Amino acid sequence: MLVAKVLVKKPTSQQLTLEGHQMSLATTQSIAEIRARNKELIEEVLKVYPEKTAKRRAKHLNVHQAGKSDCGVKSNIKSIPGVMTIRGCAYAGSKGVVWGPIKDMVHISHGPVGCGQYSWGSRRNYYVGTTGIDSFVTLQFTSDFQEKDIVFGGDKKLVKILDEIQELFPLNNGITIQSECPIGLIGDDIEAVSRAKSKEYGGKTIVPVRCEGFRGVSQSLGHHIANDAVRDWIFDQLESDGKPKFELTPYDVAIIGDYNIGGDAWSSRILLEEMGLRVIAQWSGDGSLAELEATPKAKLNILHCYRSMNYISRHMEEKFGIPWCEYNFFGPSKIAESLRKIAGYFDDKIKEGAERVIEKYQPLVNAVIAKYRPRLEGKTVMLYVGGLRPRHVIGAYEDLGMEVIGTGYEFGHNDDYQRTAQHYVKDSTLIYDDVNGYEFERFVEKLQPDLVGSGIKEKYIFQKMGVPFRQMHSWDYSGPYHGYDGFAIFARDMDLAINSPVWKKTKAPWKEASRAKLLAAE
Amino acid sequence: MAQSAEHVLDHLELFRGPEYQQMLAKKKIFENPRDPAEVERIKEWTKTAEYREKNFAREALAVNPAKACQPLGAVFASVGFEGTLPFVHGSQGCVAYYRSHLSRHFKEPSSCVSSSMTEDAAVFGGLNNMIDGLANSYNMYKPKMIAVSTTCMAEVIGDDLNAFIKTSKEKGSVPADFDVPFAHTPAFVGSHVTGYDNALKGILEHFWDGKAGTAPKLVRKQNGAINIIGGFDGYTVGNLREIKRILALMGIQHTILADNSEVFDTPTDGEFRMYDGGTTLEDAANAVHAKATISMQQWCTEKTLPFVAQHGQDVVSFNYPVGLSATDDLIVALSRISGKEIPDQLARERGRLVDAIADSSAHIHGKKFAIYGDPDLCYGLAAFLLELGAEPTHVLSTNGNKAWHEKMQVLLASSPFGQGCQAYPGRDLWHMRSLLFTEPVDFLIGNTYGKYLERDTGTPLIRIGFPIFDRHHHHRSPLWGYQGGLNVLVKILDKIFDEIDNKTNVLGKTDYSFDIIR
Repeated sequence: MLVAKVLVKKPTSQQLTLEGHQMSLATTQSIAEIRARNKELIEEVLKVYPEKTAKRRAKHLNVHQAGKSDCGVKSNIKSIPGVMTIRGCAYAGSKGVVWGPIKDMVHISHGPVGCGQYSWGSRRNYYVGTTGIDSFVTLQFTSDFQEKDIVFGGDKKLVKILDEIQELFPLNNGITIQSECPIGLIGDDIEAVSRAKSKEYGGKTIVPVRCEGFRGVSQSLGHHIANDAVRDWIFDQLESDGKPKFELTPYDVAIIGDYNIGGDAWSSRILLEEMGLRVIAQWSGDGSLAELEATPKAKLNILHCYRSMNYISRHMEEKFGIPWCEYNFFGPSKIAESLRKIAGYFDDKIKEGAERVIEKYQPLVNAVIAKYRPRLEGKTVMLYVGGLRPRHVIGAYEDLGMEVIGTGYEFGHNDDYQRTAQHYVKDSTLIYDDVNGYEFERFVEKLQPDLVGSGIKEKYIFQKMGVPFRQMHSWDYSGPYHGYDGFAIFARDMDLAINSPVWKKTKAPWKEASRAKLLAAE
Repeated sequence: MAQSAEHVLDHLELFRGPEYQQMLAKKKIFENPRDPAEVERIKEWTKTAEYREKNFAREALAVNPAKACQPLGAVFASVGFEGTLPFVHGSQGCVAYYRSHLSRHFKEPSSCVSSSMTEDAAVFGGLNNMIDGLANSYNMYKPKMIAVSTTCMAEVIGDDLNAFIKTSKEKGSVPADFDVPFAHTPAFVGSHVTGYDNALKGILEHFWDGKAGTAPKLVRKQNGAINIIGGFDGYTVGNLREIKRILALMGIQHTILADNSEVFDTPTDGEFRMYDGGTTLEDAANAVHAKATISMQQWCTEKTLPFVAQHGQDVVSFNYPVGLSATDDLIVALSRISGKEIPDQLARERGRLVDAIADSSAHIHGKKFAIYGDPDLCYGLAAFLLELGAEPTHVLSTNGNKAWHEKMQVLLASSPFGQGCQAYPGRDLWHMRSLLFTEPVDFLIGNTYGKYLERDTGTPLIRIGFPIFDRHHHHRSPLWGYQGGLNVLVKILDKIFDEIDNKTNVLGKTDYSFDIIR
């Protein structure tokens, strides 16, 4: 039986929170000590593996060294069988992340029933619309493959499904076909079906996506495939002289890579508009087909989740000459830096607008920090998330006086680790790529952070161990966390997680008492 | 600016304010939105009998089906054995989904590994993934048993689990005598209840029939024990504990097969228990000697129960027994099979349920209900409603088959309260939407996804089913036994009373009927 015992927690946080600033374990040690401890920890963790696996996993674990151009780990490599990777699949990256939030299109989970069922409504991509009539984000459309569809192929069924969608959901503005594993294995030609039905429906947008779950090593390839599908089946179908249905302005931008989880894109959009820009498209949270189609007319693409949408941003730069810039709307330091960076692409009017926005929100920022920083100062955090968050949220924690002592990406590539090393993590931070259940539990057990930020599969493990936790994919059903409005919520949520009185109660008093007695007797 | 540090507004309130509302209104021009009048017209059209007819004519498309796929059920069953790690052979994303799904329902960790097959495995087969995967799982997570099932990827390419596991053992991935039962669980056949059935049968077959040719088959020596199989059940924690309590009261020697009531309800005390409780492997093997096996859910054990019967045991199945008569039948069957007296304690518990029904039935009598869910749950709830004098007007089970349909219709025909009620096998929640618009009922019983139906049709939702993501901890209380019947009754009554209050709480308009005593 595997039982992760939590050692006696340092007398931190819970006890001393409101009284003063508890120095974390990390800050009382020298960088060299921390580095040595973390290296030792990695060595210790690797001991559990068979030799071949230990060799492979060793490349994904490291202690960051300041000044290096990346984090010194291999990434975007196949997960090892049987280790309990936390990763998902290409379908999750395409349907679950990129395409699913496009609200006025119907997204068919094409294959057996499960994939669509497990991803139904769980990402909280908020949208405004009449669900089931002109918006379809929280519906589960599936071809529910049966054995005969596997044996005889599913193309005929797909034809019928497209007809049935047209009849029963006549206000859909387009349809995507999100391939599940069997599609690519049984040789279905979903592209031919899409072309034929699109023609039959007078040029209707029908997008086949080859995001079968066995492709690639994680969600990441699904993002790429989904980006390519936008390029091939939306951009390449646009008429060259096609004009959007609105007048263009010199200040038109598109938000790329914000999935509007808990309303993130909205609390970002409001800042961009306040500084004088006009957001003509959201990719893809609360997005629509018309917005995707209008994006080639933008003056600047601003990119939040680099990992999932850099591909289409690069494509638009090459094909339409639209520059793109990365930004980070977590926490006031990064928000201000980003607003200025974005404004740098525009004239003085926008630059002044950025300053005005920063100034406007400064009192809110001050109040949030005044209220929450004393409760959170010196607290340590370990992260393990996807996309941009393993680095992007670090600034927000630091704005609250907290310190990230370990981080890693579920499906990052080397360019993510470069950005992390160059702009975000501190010397001797523990880095773990494609971490698995075993490693993550050992790391947390040994480093004893005050907070772990990861996903639903990890949440209850660490809470059982008595470690406060926030889901950092779904914002634990809270949010938004982006923008200034979001920062207030972020601060509140980290406080309520870390300083919940429940964490003082995890040990039964009679067991605590017996331990104290033992200590006294010594 | 509405946001403040003093009173932090999150998504529930933040976006309702004028700044965001204006921003969202302005966003519309970029969306190329449909004409609001047209949206309204179509919205109304979807409520009509004409739309219902088209909706029910669907042959290929499923919209909001109320079922999941086989491996989910396999994982659920597997973790019910002591120290058992479920190992799903195929694509890794599937396992991330099962774990998330179970964790969101139980608010508990859910441990499971994948063999992480990718393109090369699709071409060459997943043997190497199995060999490495078993070795890694065995070393890292120190299980007592690894229970293997499959995703649809592995099934489509035709990987042979029996041969793969044998080869893995030869290659030393796990010791030769280490238990690795398996079940093929194609997602394109049946649903999660089928996967439960296949996995459980695979595990029993492993222990009873010679561990895939590596040990002698067990020779049954009948004892007086009874095996209980719970089936796939979102209330497994509460239900199995209640069944164990009843069995203990009656003094019946028993084995709960696939007892996952502990692993899905571990304490927060500083330890993470990856494995907890569960049917011991010894008990799983010795279960062959039992006098009889009782399945609480017929459609979760369509293969397992005949397999048990072939080994010479008496088998009895129920359909998620909820309420008075179904519990009576269960208790009487337990007594009959075991030869044990029914203790007075149970008669008293029964009497309390009758008492509660008598106290409250006036509020339930004649109310119309729609129910959807797994086939056995639907049957059990419909039967209970009939004995409460309520009318289960629409009973829909996406994973219900023809036999379920026939059995449901017989049940409905057996009661004056079932007249005009219909069972719908193989239909989904978009069908249910049409039913609720064209033949309205007073209440809907279903899982969390029923909240979309509640919103669209205005039918109040009583949450009973799987998954329940948006309410906490109900899975800890039983629905089985007389106590469980009382819990279900209270859930229904609470909603009925809330609805009466909601309809009479308008100050200055309905100050009458807003009663303090009901």
